[in-house]
Amino acid sequence: MAVLPAAADAVTVRPRRTPRTRISLGRSLAWLFMLGSLLVTLFPFYWMLRTALSNTRALASSSESMLPADFTLGAFERVLGLATTAEAIAQGGSGASVNFWLYLKNSLIVATTTTVGQVFFCAMAAYAFARLTWPGRDQLFFAFITALMIPPIFTTLPNFVLIRDLGLLDTYLGIVLPGLLMTPFSVFFLRQFFLGIPREIEEAAMIDGAGRFRVFLTIILPMSAAPVSTLALLTYITSWNDYFWPLLVGKAESVRVLTVALGIFRSQTPQGSPDWAGLMAATLIAALPILVLYAFLGRRIVNSIGFSGIK
Amino acid sequence: MSTTTKSPATRPPAAPPPRRRRSSLASSWSGSDLRPALLFVAPATIGFLVFYVWPAIRGTYYSFTDFKVLSAPNWVGTENYQRLVEDELVWNAFGVTLQYVVINIGAQTVISLGLAVLMHRLTRSMMIRGALLMPYLVANVVVALAWFWMLDYQIGIVNVLLDTVGIDRVAFFGDSAWAIPTIAMINVWRHMGYTALLIFAGLQTIPPHLYEAAALDGSGEVRSFFKITMPLLRPVLAMVLVITVTGSFQIFDTVAVTTAGGPVNATRVVYYYIFELAFSRFEFGYASAISVVLFLVLASVAFAQIKLLRAGESDLS
Repeated sequence: MAVLPAAADAVTVRPRRTPRTRISLGRSLAWLFMLGSLLVTLFPFYWMLRTALSNTRALASSSESMLPADFTLGAFERVLGLATTAEAIAQGGSGASVNFWLYLKNSLIVATTTTVGQVFFCAMAAYAFARLTWPGRDQLFFAFITALMIPPIFTTLPNFVLIRDLGLLDTYLGIVLPGLLMTPFSVFFLRQFFLGIPREIEEAAMIDGAGRFRVFLTIILPMSAAPVSTLALLTYITSWNDYFWPLLVGKAESVRVLTVALGIFRSQTPQGSPDWAGLMAATLIAALPILVLYAFLGRRIVNSIGFSGIK
Repeated sequence: MSTTTKSPATRPPAAPPPRRRRSSLASSWSGSDLRPALLFVAPATIGFLVFYVWPAIRGTYYSFTDFKVLSAPNWVGTENYQRLVEDELVWNAFGVTLQYVVINIGAQTVISLGLAVLMHRLTRSMMIRGALLMPYLVANVVVALAWFWMLDYQIGIVNVLLDTVGIDRVAFFGDSAWAIPTIAMINVWRHMGYTALLIFAGLQTIPPHLYEAAALDGSGEVRSFFKITMPLLRPVLAMVLVITVTGSFQIFDTVAVTTAGGPVNATRVVYYYIFELAFSRFEFGYASAISVVLFLVLASVAFAQIKLLRAGESDLS
């Protein structure tokens, strides 16, 4: 309340100090910076599309053209394995067989399995941490949180040895396993939400004879649909984009995911004249599912960064 | 309520099942749900033990052995650690990584702070926020390849534009002086919108009446920024820095698909060097020792940041 008289004072004492012109200059500079950032952010996406719709052989001669050079869908056909070797080479491809349909399928399998497993098992654990009382609960939760601090490389090398010893190299299971049961972040994230659900609802169900698991499945999960789906979305994106781990354990063609395939595709293109159109078509195929997801659920992802803070 | 009164009536009163249920209900209120709790945490705990705790122990153990993957590990004491102190490539790797982190975090924090303040003071547009976040959702590998193409020496659009303006072309990935700054700026591009949103979330916790009061007192935008925004944002900024710096030290993907450590050793960052040692030369023991050192470095950096920036305390009271 003390602010109000002083504020009123300021207005009456110095009315001429309303610097309208200066503010609008500052404002337009601010907008300029914002629009510049937007341009820099969005232009590479356009350029990927423009290149992917070009003929690699025509790229050099029209490198400054903002439109596709010699428009063709050949690059997409090439990386999806739909073009013949002759057609591919005619448009600047290397002629090596690439099949991004297969890699797309592998990425779908890996990301979906990881997401379903991780979110479900972490939700179970989060429920026990948030809602049940049992000896050792806080100590175990503290241990989980501590694991957030461990940099991945520290556990990656021994995990590779473990997966190799289990004979799971170049299998879906080997790629999926380390993230299938938990990540400390997911447990932490869901626990925060479960803490906020009123106890009375649970208790009413239990008086009606429902067991803990039924309460979890029929009450807790549906009531937390928003945070659970947000976490699922974040987990899906993280898993889809992961490169290091699948590169170590899943290089074989049959289980190769998109990110790994892109790296290999890039290293296979001839040094002198890379197949840029093919490469950009492949990167777009790898990025597109996430961008489509984003187009539909963008608001949820943007908002989740507000409250989750870390991911 | 109706079911509880009904079920004892339909069953013999002395039957064990209802009584067991009642007793387990009673215990859930008074104290321990140990049995259901164990079932609920079992999958996650197994995952935690097998893929976090056990490998952390094994990794530390490997760092004291000559483990080569194909043969069993032999204990060699601190040999790996003595070796890494004298290994010029280790020093190079940490130096190059540090250079990357400084450029990456410096540019990213300034740009993101600017964007966050603009989002806060200029517009609430969901479209703008959504667009700025887009690069972060796309895989590192995709981002790296898109820029690898745009920065190509001969026909990449950036060099073509430089050429039309009359500036000499730059070998962004081929020149050892440019390679690390280039990779650092690519990742600034990927992360600036995300970091801006993190800071933006922090800005929203600052009560708007502070700005209104300041404006009525004749404080301009710039002065409000330094006198209100910066002090109150400090805890958020500190946490954002801890997260982004830790992440920045783990640069790998971009290097792996563009320069693969080159030219010469100009971009052979710690992660990439560990990766090469372990998977090209199978020196798992030595690679583990370096990752232990990296872990210790990261932990100390995070600790120092939290102390220096007093992350836990807020000026808003």
